[in-house]
Amino acid sequence: MSRPTLKKTLIAACSAIAAVTAAGGAAAFCGFYVAKADTKLFNKASKVAIMRDGDRTVITMSNDYQGALKEFAMVVPVPVVLQEGQIHVTDNAIIDHLDAYTAPRLVEYFDEDPCLVYERQEMAAPMASSEDIIVTGSSRKKGLGVTVEAEYTVGEYDIQILSAKESGGLAEWLKQNGYKLPDGAEETLGSYVRQGTKFFVAKVNLKEQGKTGLKYLRPLQIAFESPRFMLPIRLGTLNADGKQELFVFALTRTGRIETTNYRTVKLPTGSNIPVYVKNEFGAFYKAMFAEQVNREAERAVFLEYAWDMNWCDPCAADPMSNEQLRELGVYWVDGESGAGKPSLRRPAPSGGPQDVFVTRLHVSYDAQHFPEDLMFKETGDRENFQGRYVLRHPYKGDATCEAGKEYRASLPRRYEEEAQTLATLTGWDVDDVRAQMMSGGQSFTPPPKQSWWENLWGKDDRKD
Amino acid sequence: MTVGHLLQQRLRDARWFQIAGQAAILLIGLFALDFGVTPTQIAAAIGAALGAQWIGALLVASRFDWKSALITGLSLSLLLRANDLWPFVLAALIAIGSKFAIRAHDRHVFNPANIGIVLMIVFTDAAWTSTSEWGSPIWLAVLIASLGAVSCWRASRLDVPLLYLAVYAALIVGRALYLGDPLAIPALRLTHGALILFAFFMISDPKTTPENPSQRALFVAAAAIIAYVLQFHFFISDGVFYAPVLLALGHWALGLAGLGGAYEWGRPPPPIRFRDPTLHGSARPAPAE
Repeated sequence: MSRPTLKKTLIAACSAIAAVTAAGGAAAFCGFYVAKADTKLFNKASKVAIMRDGDRTVITMSNDYQGALKEFAMVVPVPVVLQEGQIHVTDNAIIDHLDAYTAPRLVEYFDEDPCLVYERQEMAAPMASSEDIIVTGSSRKKGLGVTVEAEYTVGEYDIQILSAKESGGLAEWLKQNGYKLPDGAEETLGSYVRQGTKFFVAKVNLKEQGKTGLKYLRPLQIAFESPRFMLPIRLGTLNADGKQELFVFALTRTGRIETTNYRTVKLPTGSNIPVYVKNEFGAFYKAMFAEQVNREAERAVFLEYAWDMNWCDPCAADPMSNEQLRELGVYWVDGESGAGKPSLRRPAPSGGPQDVFVTRLHVSYDAQHFPEDLMFKETGDRENFQGRYVLRHPYKGDATCEAGKEYRASLPRRYEEEAQTLATLTGWDVDDVRAQMMSGGQSFTPPPKQSWWENLWGKDDRKD
Repeated sequence: MTVGHLLQQRLRDARWFQIAGQAAILLIGLFALDFGVTPTQIAAAIGAALGAQWIGALLVASRFDWKSALITGLSLSLLLRANDLWPFVLAALIAIGSKFAIRAHDRHVFNPANIGIVLMIVFTDAAWTSTSEWGSPIWLAVLIASLGAVSCWRASRLDVPLLYLAVYAALIVGRALYLGDPLAIPALRLTHGALILFAFFMISDPKTTPENPSQRALFVAAAAIIAYVLQFHFFISDGVFYAPVLLALGHWALGLAGLGGAYEWGRPPPPIRFRDPTLHGSARPAPAE
């Protein structure tokens, strides 16, 4: 997993406090790095990276398949018959890195002594992450009505490219070959067959898999040209109990991608939330995502990140290197590393040497709310967007000056606002949120108001 | 009586309803749907449209027709998206400019906002349509259709969105039946806010649809078929917007524009050519003449 990065620069955007100096460093980073809840946060989560430029497409499919390897099989509709060189196996780490780079992030600020200079630092933590269409089964023998266009062994996978003239024939062929088809598969396969789609069927070659020495399956990649910019999700909804999570990472030249047949909505971002969330950022993100899904009647795709790949701010992980980008199909960058190397919040180079724009979409889907495959389009939108949540630690020192008193008097209202924000974002009960905050020593009771004359003559000559 | 009479006189012009409808939808978009357009961009689109209209009117020595220009600005604000201001300004200039510069048989050829949008998205990367902002919530589709129906009816063009959507629906339902897809898929497409908006507020423009009802029906059906073919056979997601431009080009090339006379704003729905039950005594009272 990539090294998290500490920012040295300032973030002025979300604070009312004027003077801000940089603080922190590696040490602070270690102390404050927020527990990350990574790819295991969501069950049944798949991660798909798509490079798209004109009709050129490279899809990298990574999934969290947990069952016996010999049981694994996936059937993916593809627009064309793929040559062996169009199929590739890559490392999990590369998708994990992309996941970490684009993840919603938590940043922390520490209020300084209000009597002195305000000083803050900020951290970033990568968060949660994230297939497709898995039909479990194991191979046996062939039936009829289906043409095996090609067969390859690539990495640990045995791959067949099928074409079919009739849906019934394809379903029958798959069944005869040991695939357990879920109910409704025949109709869905039929729809693809009639659209002229080919089928990419992958199973695990146990011998080859053994050679890799890995306990998991590596992501499969396919490269092809097609005017269709879409991701087939329909087969995957058939055998799912409950919703599935899908993370789509798009690498494009022009700008952000969006779904054309479903609403694409930005995840709420930039909110100040109570500091205790630091210890449960995973739970917060999950609850917030679930709440936003419900608010959009379970029919929306969420934008979690949209950014020029040359930089980040704050960085949840380093931007991808050119080698990594090329591995994911970004054919227009040089293989040489250089740009795209670890950068701490570099300013945006105008027009950037790489011209890679990354979009992270997150969708929680089932057949009822997402009956059609995800259809995408690339837009010219290069506006940066990130899911970012802010913790502001109050100053804990004495701060006896007048400004300090005002500062302390202002805290209860600030806590209340943070509690309300958190409750609204996540659907959590605001009383529970307040209770958590109070157990962390945050009081909602304003300090007793002092009369103007109380400190007029000091306390020395009073008895007591 | 005078106020009522004045109001009736004013409301004769279908564009009042169109302006009100589009403004309402834009506000809903901004506040409920988080549309990615800024107030400055809206102001730029409307300002540039009005400015271009004013200059155009000066040049050809005609009356300054601000209502149509405002409608163009609103349409661009509803459907076009960009990071910068200039694409809105340029789209508005193209839209209004085309009304003055490209004419046949004393009518403009292209639907102004439509040609503005299409040229911008085809020839620049700086602007795009963001149909995904709309989604397919039923309430939104019904609301847009209701607001649109009033202005279309007043402009004697209620047949346009209805026929357009009927032809488009027949095609995508037919496709679903052929593919064996669940009907939820065409339902999702048909209730898409941007499609409904296009049907009721863009292609229904009386100035750029043929005046003759049977020619108009042909025009509208062709627009729906072209949109379908572009979307589902050429995988062009903006096919809906390209269709009127292609048709207008064809129409223009064949020298057909203007057949059947030109529409004049404020004209009451013609009772003979357009059989509207509301004009002939049924449920609703006839509108003020």
